[in-house]
Amino acid sequence: MTALLDIADVSKWFPAGAGPGAWARLKRRLSGGVEKLPKVYAVDDVSFAIAKGETVGLVGESGCGKSTLVRALTRLIDVSQGSVKLGSRELALKPARVFARDRDRARIQMVFQDAGESVNPRFTAFAAIADPLRRLRKLRGNALKERVETVAGQCGLPLQLLSRFPHQLSGGQRARVGIARAIAVEPDLLVLDEPTAALDVSVQVVVLQLLQRLKKELGMSYLFVSHDLSVVRLLCDRVLVMYLGKIVEAGPAAKVFEHPLHPYTQALVAAVPRLHETASRLRLTGEPRSPIDPDPNACRFYGRCPHGVDACKTTMPALDAFGDRQVACHFAESFLPQPRIAS
Amino acid sequence: MTPAPALSVEGLSVEFRTRSGAVRALENVSFRVAKGETVALVGESGSGKSVTAYAVMGILDPAGRVTAGRAMLGDLDLLAATPKELANVRGRKIAMIFQNPRTALNPIRPVGRQIADVLICHGNVSRRAAPAQAVEMLRAVGITDPARRAKAYPFEMSGGMCQRVMIAIALAAKPTLLIADEPTTGLDVTTQAVIMDLINDLAKELGMATIFITHDLALAGQRSARIVVMHAGHVVENAPTADLFANPRHPYTAELIAATPDSAASLDELAAIAGSLPDLRRADLPPCRYSERCPRKIAACAQPLPLAAPDAAHFVACWNPLPAQVVVAPTVSAA
Repeated sequence: MTALLDIADVSKWFPAGAGPGAWARLKRRLSGGVEKLPKVYAVDDVSFAIAKGETVGLVGESGCGKSTLVRALTRLIDVSQGSVKLGSRELALKPARVFARDRDRARIQMVFQDAGESVNPRFTAFAAIADPLRRLRKLRGNALKERVETVAGQCGLPLQLLSRFPHQLSGGQRARVGIARAIAVEPDLLVLDEPTAALDVSVQVVVLQLLQRLKKELGMSYLFVSHDLSVVRLLCDRVLVMYLGKIVEAGPAAKVFEHPLHPYTQALVAAVPRLHETASRLRLTGEPRSPIDPDPNACRFYGRCPHGVDACKTTMPALDAFGDRQVACHFAESFLPQPRIAS
Repeated sequence: MTPAPALSVEGLSVEFRTRSGAVRALENVSFRVAKGETVALVGESGSGKSVTAYAVMGILDPAGRVTAGRAMLGDLDLLAATPKELANVRGRKIAMIFQNPRTALNPIRPVGRQIADVLICHGNVSRRAAPAQAVEMLRAVGITDPARRAKAYPFEMSGGMCQRVMIAIALAAKPTLLIADEPTTGLDVTTQAVIMDLINDLAKELGMATIFITHDLALAGQRSARIVVMHAGHVVENAPTADLFANPRHPYTAELIAATPDSAASLDELAAIAGSLPDLRRADLPPCRYSERCPRKIAACAQPLPLAAPDAAHFVACWNPLPAQVVVAPTVSAA
C-alpha cells in the first residue's frame, strides 16, 4: 500500500507565555543578553504514515498534543519543523493561510468534536454543507443543491432537516451535518476529532456504523482521534498512543489493546471500564510532567511510570520496531508476549 | 434483612412548566439506597437522572415542581421539608459532586478557603482550625503538596485536581449520603479510574450511601452494587449489578447493553436502539414511555405500568419482559 499521508519528524512548539521570571528575563534581554525563551513542546518529533483506505486511531490524555498534531497535519496551523507529505507533495512549507485556498485543501477534511459548537449557528444545515462546496468546488445554483442533497442522503440526513439551524437538530443529526460537510468535497483523508464524544451510546453506535459504511463506499482514509479506547478498538485498523507530545506506542489496534507493551498504554487500557470485569487496580499516580522545555534526554513518562529506573532519566527511549508494532520504552522487550520473537 | 435505607425515594414525579406546555420529566420514580451502598442511576441524556438528584437535593430549577412522591432521609421527607430544614441537611447529611468541577467551584477564591468555608459552616470546626483542616482534607483526597495547593485558584489546577477539591468539599462534613452527578465526565480515563477509586474508598471508609449518576453503563457496572436504569423519566429496571448484566429483563436495558462498545467484537455486532426519546410534553404519552421504540410491544403495554415495589431485589417495569434465566448467579451482596 502506498502512503496517502506521510509525516516525518513533525514538531510544533509554542512560545511559553510570561510565566514566573518574565520580568527578570526582560531585564536581562534589555541589558543586552541573548535570551532563549521557553517553549511548549506540544508535538515533538512525530513520524507516521496513513495508507490509502486505512483507519488509524490516535489516543492519549488531554494535553498530550493530539489536537495540535491533528491541526498541524490538516494544515490548519503551521508546523515548527518536519515534513507533511500528501501523496508525493510536500505541504509543510506552505503557510496555513495559503493552503486554505490550495487545490489540495479539499483532500484533507476534518470532522470536529461537537457539531453543535463547530457549525456556524447562523448557518442552516444546508448552508453548512454548501459552504465548503462553494469555496473549494466553486459550485453554484442547481449543481450545488444537488450535491448537498446527495451528501445529506449519504449521511442519512432527511432532506426536510436541511433548512434547520444547528440548535433545532438533535445531537445525532448535528453529527451527521458535521460529517456531511466534511465529505461533501470528497476528501481522501478524513480526520475525526472525537466525533462521538457528545453523543449517547445508542446514537454513537449509529454514527460509528455510518462512518464505517461511508469509508467503504467512498474509499477514504480515517484518522480517528478519541479518548474512548473501546470505540477505537472497534473502528480502527492501527492505533497510535501519544504521551506528552511523543508517540509511545503504535501497532495494530487489536494487538495493542490486548497486549499493550508501553507502561503508559498498559495503564490506559487498564483504566477503561469493562462491562463484565471488575476494575483492575493498575493506576497512574501523579500528573504528567510539564511540556515546557522538557529534558530531551529523559523518557517523558518517567516519574509516573511504575517501571522507571535511572536509565529512563538519562536516555530517551527511541520508538523501536517489534514486529508490526513500535514501542518507545527501554523495557518493551520484557513486556513482549512469551517466546514470539519479533522478526 | 436489608439494612434501613439511607435514602428512600418513593413515587417521585416532577414537572417543568415551559412555554410549550408541561414537561413531565419524572413519573413515579422509586428506589432505595442502603447505608454504605453505591447505587448507580444510568440512562441516556434526557432520561431524568440529574433531575432526580436535583429534586432530592431541593435544587430544582424554579420552573420545576415536585408533583408527587416522598424522599425519606431517615425521618425527614426532603420533598416536604422547609427551606430551613433543607439547609440544615444539605452539606451535612447529603452532599453532591457536580459534573463540571471548574464551573462548580468558586473561581475567585483559593480552593483551601472554599473547603474551610464548608468546614466552618457545616462541620463544627472553628474559624481558626479550619484552614489547617482544609489542608488535611486536600491530603486525604490525594493532592500532593496540599499546603501549597490550598492557596491555588481553580484555574491553576487540572480538571482531575479540581474534581478532587470538589470531593473534599462534598465530604468535608462527613455526609451520610453522597450524590455524584457524572463526576468523571470530561476527565481522561486514567484520571477517571483514580477519581472513582477515591470516591469508592472514601465512601467505604465513612460508610456513606452513594448515588452515582452516569451514562456509562460499563463504569456503573464496575463501581456500584445496584443499578437503576432510567428511560424518559421512568425507572425501567432496578437490579443488583451482576444480575442486571447477566439477565437484563427490560428490553431497553438489554439494548443499552448491546449498544455499549465494550460488549462487541466488531462494529457490526453493535446494535443501535431504534427511535428516540418521546416528547415528554405530549398529552397522550403512553403509560410505558418506551413502548413506541420497543421491539417486544404487546397489547398489554397500553395498561398502566407495574408499580415498583421499593424493596424488590430485581424490579422491572414491563408487561412483556425478557425471560428470567433459570439459573440465577448468586447475587453479589450489596456491601
